[in-house]
Amino acid sequence: MSKYVYGRLELVLKSLMLRRGHQLPHTNSQPSSHTQAPSRGDRGPSAYLSSSVYRLNRSLPQRIRGSCFSIMFRNSYDSDNTTFSPQGKLHQVEYALEAVKQGESIPREAEEVVAHIPQRSTGELATYQKKLIRIDDHVGVAIAGLTSDARVLSNSMRQQAMSEKMLYGRPIPVARIVQGISDKAQMNTQQYGRRPYGVGFLVIGQDETGPHLFEFSPAGTAFEYYAHSIGARSQSAKTYLEKNFESFENASLPELINHGLSALADTLQQDKHLTIANTSIAIIGTPDASIENVAASGPAKRGFFRVWENDDVDQLLRAWRRSRGEPEDGPQEEQPQAEGQAGEATEGEGQGAGTTGEGAPPAEHAAGEDVTMGE
Amino acid sequence: MNHHPAAWGRPLPASASFDMYNPQFSAPKAAPAHQMPVAHTQQPLVTGTSVLGIKFDGGVMLAADNLASYGSLARFKDIERLHPLGPHTVIAAAGDMSDFQWLKKELNAILREEQALSLTDSHPSLSPSNIYDFLANLFYARRSKMNPVWNAVLVGGWDRVKAETFLGYVDLLGTTYSAPTLATGFGAHIAQPLLREAFEAKAGTDGKGPLMTQQEATAVLDDCMKVLFYRDARSMNKYQIATVTKDGVVISDSKSSETQWGFAEDLRGYGAQTQ
Repeated sequence: MSKYVYGRLELVLKSLMLRRGHQLPHTNSQPSSHTQAPSRGDRGPSAYLSSSVYRLNRSLPQRIRGSCFSIMFRNSYDSDNTTFSPQGKLHQVEYALEAVKQGESIPREAEEVVAHIPQRSTGELATYQKKLIRIDDHVGVAIAGLTSDARVLSNSMRQQAMSEKMLYGRPIPVARIVQGISDKAQMNTQQYGRRPYGVGFLVIGQDETGPHLFEFSPAGTAFEYYAHSIGARSQSAKTYLEKNFESFENASLPELINHGLSALADTLQQDKHLTIANTSIAIIGTPDASIENVAASGPAKRGFFRVWENDDVDQLLRAWRRSRGEPEDGPQEEQPQAEGQAGEATEGEGQGAGTTGEGAPPAEHAAGEDVTMGE
Repeated sequence: MNHHPAAWGRPLPASASFDMYNPQFSAPKAAPAHQMPVAHTQQPLVTGTSVLGIKFDGGVMLAADNLASYGSLARFKDIERLHPLGPHTVIAAAGDMSDFQWLKKELNAILREEQALSLTDSHPSLSPSNIYDFLANLFYARRSKMNPVWNAVLVGGWDRVKAETFLGYVDLLGTTYSAPTLATGFGAHIAQPLLREAFEAKAGTDGKGPLMTQQEATAVLDDCMKVLFYRDARSMNKYQIATVTKDGVVISDSKSSETQWGFAEDLRGYGAQTQ
């Protein structure tokens, strides 16, 4: 059982935040300064995006960018959390950031935060690793990295959210709950004997000041974004988001979902495709009756955190493929022969079989099963 | 460090220290050999008398006199028992004045922290109902530890988000309630009927009619404070009125009521007569 969360992309698009009257971005990208989430109206979103990319690139030494552990060389300054290297780096913290990159990235759109997360199971008999966690009705996180650390941190967030609700009778402001875990994570980077948390979050939420999207990293930093993606191969998603974010402002919820799925699809490996088996979507924000049954869903009616996964994602995936002019059923993959294949549960074939269905009959039937073994 | 889920959220056991790698910061101090037994508040000492509150059209008014009594002695005669919290909330306290001073310090600290946090996230500060919920939790928790905050507090304010007035009562037992007119202590017996009469004259017995104007509310409070001075032996004829509207908090200067004591001349043993 892998201890890493192998989701694919976590993308977040903060379009509806833009919709609320913020100015369109102007392209004065700031140099990478490690400032906190800016006060409203100060800068355009492009500044955030580009500076976020800058931050990510510059924080890692060149030799470990793009990630394979085997090419990193160890040095004598990296075994101890409380020892700086001569270059002024804390290597343990940077290695913790690597753990986040092992997890896969998550696209998100704030306000209607659509987290598109590929799920993975280790086999036919195992459940999928849960990547979307509800902290409170108005706050959710998507995780990338060590799931055990994610569980502890998300539990701590839930306690904080609950405490604020009880003591003050209000939902906790999103920036503050993120600040809470950031402070907690920073403590682990400054004490001897403690290791940094090995998980990164994309935190989505909505409070009185509108929708928010934050990236939390094991270094104890938290930055706010209009759209973001973290994890493995997240750069392709970021590229897509940067290219398209101007249209997010006036996009409807279905359009935002399609953007997220497109960004997510950009990060997939060569022969992989988005299927109901490997995609899940979470949303916070005002519901859209065209894609959700508002009357039947309490959370949807109130704009609370809700997740679509497995079968529920099918309609959304179809709408997305239609919007790209692709066949609705998804790519037809090579059908493996029945004999001897039952034992194999390779993800590619599982997904392929799940999405292709049986050709002529409507694919709903096949799509109704999580993973069908190829016939 | 016990990370088992069953221990999540629980306080550390006495044997565990907060930081096992830096024990000098967290080692529990050895208990002194001869320790006084722990004693909690048994009785209030320096006390304030009743506080009144009333909602009017566009705001809330609270009234409290300027006296802090030491039993039957009128000890401190210029105490302000009305306290603004942020731009849109006022609290007024009856009961133990030292507990009230402690309460003011705690609430000011919380508000200051909120203001500092909102510098970065621009989140609006605590609304009157947030402050009220906090006080309710605080008072009930303290009473459950048999160490009450010996006060009866009225919280009045203007909720900017909901654009409506707020008026609530919390006391040392942790009892909470909310109504268009409120009064504590003696005021609950003497002033509340007068406040309700004035309120229902305009809003009707079901409370659905129009609220009174600011002038009418001031007049009712003035009248009630006068009656309380006549009838409450621990009161003083010098009081202030705090008004909260969407424009902010205004605490008036101290004022007094005109009172008639001439009837005492006709009673044997009172007035200037000698027999």
